[in-house]
Amino acid sequence: MLRCNDYIFAESLEEAYELNQKKNNVIVAGNGWLKLRKRQWGTVIDISRLCLDKITENDEEFRIGAMVCLSDIENHKELNDYTDGAVKESLRHIVGTQFRNCVTLGGSIFGRFGFSDVLSMFIVMDSYVELYKGGIVPMHEFAKMPYDDDILVSIIVKKKPLRLAYSSFRNQSTDFPVVTCAVAIGEDIITTAIGARPAKADIRTDGIDACRDLKDYAKKTAESFDYESNMRASAEYRRHIAEVLIKRTVEKIEVRYGNQIMDK
Amino acid sequence: MEIKLWINDKLIIDNVEPDTPMLEYLRDKGCYSIKRGCETSNCGLCTVWLEGKPILSCTLPLMRADGKHITTLEGLRKEAAEFGEFLADEGAEQCGFCNPGFIMNVLAMERDIENPSDDDIKEYLSGNLCRCTGYTGQFRAVKKYIAYKRGVKADE
Repeated sequence: MLRCNDYIFAESLEEAYELNQKKNNVIVAGNGWLKLRKRQWGTVIDISRLCLDKITENDEEFRIGAMVCLSDIENHKELNDYTDGAVKESLRHIVGTQFRNCVTLGGSIFGRFGFSDVLSMFIVMDSYVELYKGGIVPMHEFAKMPYDDDILVSIIVKKKPLRLAYSSFRNQSTDFPVVTCAVAIGEDIITTAIGARPAKADIRTDGIDACRDLKDYAKKTAESFDYESNMRASAEYRRHIAEVLIKRTVEKIEVRYGNQIMDK
Repeated sequence: MEIKLWINDKLIIDNVEPDTPMLEYLRDKGCYSIKRGCETSNCGLCTVWLEGKPILSCTLPLMRADGKHITTLEGLRKEAAEFGEFLADEGAEQCGFCNPGFIMNVLAMERDIENPSDDDIKEYLSGNLCRCTGYTGQFRAVKKYIAYKRGVKADE
């Protein structure tokens, strides 16, 4: 349960940033994860009144505010058209409708959780994180950065021509995933993300020719990641599932586009 | 801290502790339909609507509701009773503990999706756990209720 001495609606990003420099203060997004921590906070900083709950689009990019909830992304037609429904697929298994109406993209990405479907999906796209002080950082770099007291303002997804697909494996519906897999095929490269290993999602990028022998590509790519065991699955089981998911996720794109797979 | 919100269209201006959970506050205000289940945002027992959208009252901080409208089952008695009859007809409840949250989400779905497919229904309601029944009774009840509502609307 969220415990705090004070709760402030920040009136500007600067105010939120200043407040957030104190170690005992924290920014609340959807409170899905924060509330599970057993800690008494000083001030909880609410940034929900800073107009960060919008998805905007122009010819070059989508810009998704940090406080956009997951269900708004799941139901965003243009973003799902661009990703061939991959974004929706990455979100629809997360707990339930009510949960996805609460939790936000900013909270999910800033947390860089080891179980994150969201990070696994966005990291394969040409996507960036806009930090209030840190500027614009590629998503795959942000995933490896240490946690700090900056504020995530928005997620930027460049409209690079990509073929995208997403798969995840769960022991039980709506549970945390055992393994997540996202694949993006560009003009001459294939990028595969594997998450929930259980560690932050990471990517491997190869020339497109690497996946002409799909079985071999899936095996080599799956083996290039590290896996660990926890109560949901052993490391070896995860490695095997990752190999299967990579193959199936590339096949989803092949089924959709056939020989046009690289000619978007 | 001062908070101003509407619970079932009734304006409330109150002073609360900054970390008051929304679930506890609503129960203190007499909305006993809201149940505390898992406390990990998984079970859906605490479902209420915030500005018409179903959310988990165990999860969102109460202060997030400042200036907004909350709807609980107590504010939807007629519709809840109507759907409750479908649940009863299908033998879709045993202990009944999950019913209020489940009904809140079914009524939200009925507003959100015009003609939900079987998959739409299963997906929309996947965040409502029932440990007694195995869901088939609820599923039948939801399908019959949706068909009934569409018939009623078509007749209007």
